[in-house]
Amino acid sequence: MRNRNATAYRFLTPYLLIFAIFWVWPIISSFMISFQATRTVPWRFAPGFNWGRLIGDPAFFNALKNTLLILVIQVPVMISLALVMAVLLNSPLLKARGLYRFAFFAPVVVGEVAYSAVFRLMFNLDFGIINKLLNSIGLPKIDWFSNVTPAMALIMIAVTWRWAGYNAIILLAGMQSIPEDVYEAATLDRVSKLKQFFYITLPLLKPVIVFCLVLSIIGTMQLFTEPFLITERGGPGGGTETLGLLLYRQGFRSLNFGYASAVAYTMAGLAIAITLAQLWLTREPK
Amino acid sequence: MSSRSAARLGRSIALHLFLTPLALIWLFPLWMMVVFSTMPDNGIFSPGIELLPHGNFIDNFNNLQRDTNFVGAIGISVSVAVTYTFLSVLLTSMAGWALARYQFFGKGAVVAIILGTITLPYAVVLIPQFIMVARDFKLANTWVALIVPPLFNSLGVLFMRQSFSMMPDDLFDAARVEGVKEWRIFLFVALPLARPMLAALAIILFLASWNNYLWPLLINSQPGSMTAPVALGTLIGLTKVSWGGIMAGAVMLTVPMLVVFVLLQRHFIAGIAAGAVK
Repeated sequence: MRNRNATAYRFLTPYLLIFAIFWVWPIISSFMISFQATRTVPWRFAPGFNWGRLIGDPAFFNALKNTLLILVIQVPVMISLALVMAVLLNSPLLKARGLYRFAFFAPVVVGEVAYSAVFRLMFNLDFGIINKLLNSIGLPKIDWFSNVTPAMALIMIAVTWRWAGYNAIILLAGMQSIPEDVYEAATLDRVSKLKQFFYITLPLLKPVIVFCLVLSIIGTMQLFTEPFLITERGGPGGGTETLGLLLYRQGFRSLNFGYASAVAYTMAGLAIAITLAQLWLTREPK
Repeated sequence: MSSRSAARLGRSIALHLFLTPLALIWLFPLWMMVVFSTMPDNGIFSPGIELLPHGNFIDNFNNLQRDTNFVGAIGISVSVAVTYTFLSVLLTSMAGWALARYQFFGKGAVVAIILGTITLPYAVVLIPQFIMVARDFKLANTWVALIVPPLFNSLGVLFMRQSFSMMPDDLFDAARVEGVKEWRIFLFVALPLARPMLAALAIILFLASWNNYLWPLLINSQPGSMTAPVALGTLIGLTKVSWGGIMAGAVMLTVPMLVVFVLLQRHFIAGIAAGAVK
């Protein structure tokens, strides 16, 4: 490798230019906007205006509560499921592996709008296939859209369906990079498959699992389309309102950019804090 | 049969007994998307259980086209995704090349910043991006607005950096001895060697652009400038709308990607496994 400042930066310039214009400046800008009253012309500097409103706003705490609730339940469930999928897809005993892979990985290519529409129809109260199937096995139908708990469950089901396979792909790739002879040695020593999973696969896979967790947490932190389209703008009555939806509502419906920026920075702060905690908890012992 | 192989068979059966229902559940929404897209609205909203396709797709598609100009929106989506993919692959691999093959001042800082943005939610840049593109540049409802701001991606650059740094030095040194310029080495030696990685990257970027929703929803909200997902999204929740039509649109957005997925599964999986989406 050679030391060539000019050549290197010629290759980097277009990328760094886009980065500077569309990321660096906005990161600084939204921080500054969060300290301004943006519904007066011209905007004026008012440091406590948005942040003061934020800490006293029941709508913010409702969205925060919902987002964290989805985060705490959906992310671990999805990652565990993805782990199960990856382990089983990796089993040498599996026949017709391609079909199973297709089934679990296909949702990865499905757009948010398309699958939101399908889930709305499938979970419809009177005509949805899910309630019809529940009825046909003697269970009562569930009103997925007008009660908060089922509506939240529906959002979590939808997100899990869409993203479990995505995480399984990453985990599977991680598993396949674990050298085969580790398992062969364990098998020779008559270590059971279950023990091999807990004592070999899981520890060696830890960095990959953390990567999946971090990506999922950041994704779920910004959850927008599902409560926007499936449960109709965070319904029932704000029951599935998320921080992403609150940001959209404040920023692009009420055109209150200052307050929306404060919400955005809260999301970023939470995402970074959770990521750091995650990395710290799973750090390699020195 | 020995007891070992009997145990193996038992385990295999248990595996398939568990995995098959799970796979069917996972395929079910996709199957129902296809079924709904072929049913008339009064069939979708009827008390019976319908699990097989009907023959109403064309009617549904016509209803969709009546509700919104979906064909036009598909045209925009395709053009934008193709242009975006080309530009993004170029930018990303140029940056990855620089980070992999040269030692230069500020390299550590550039890598650290790229890594840092992985953990940063997109929400933080959304509002200023919107203000800048819509108000300052006056580019709302244009292709430029759809293509340029999303060009930055962090995981793609790291993926390409890794791909280029795994290539042997002598390959490029030989060309340098001949006096070949660096940009020609990049274009005519490095890029052709990186073809499988470029394919993986291109597929993931195309998919990201094709399915992108929030940014196009905000920036291109005029009916004639909407992408297909946004146009479809405007129908969801309307009272007088053809749901069969919406499902026909969902199928048109999804099935081509499923076909690509099946055909190019290896590249697809490589791209995702490298975490090439941000």
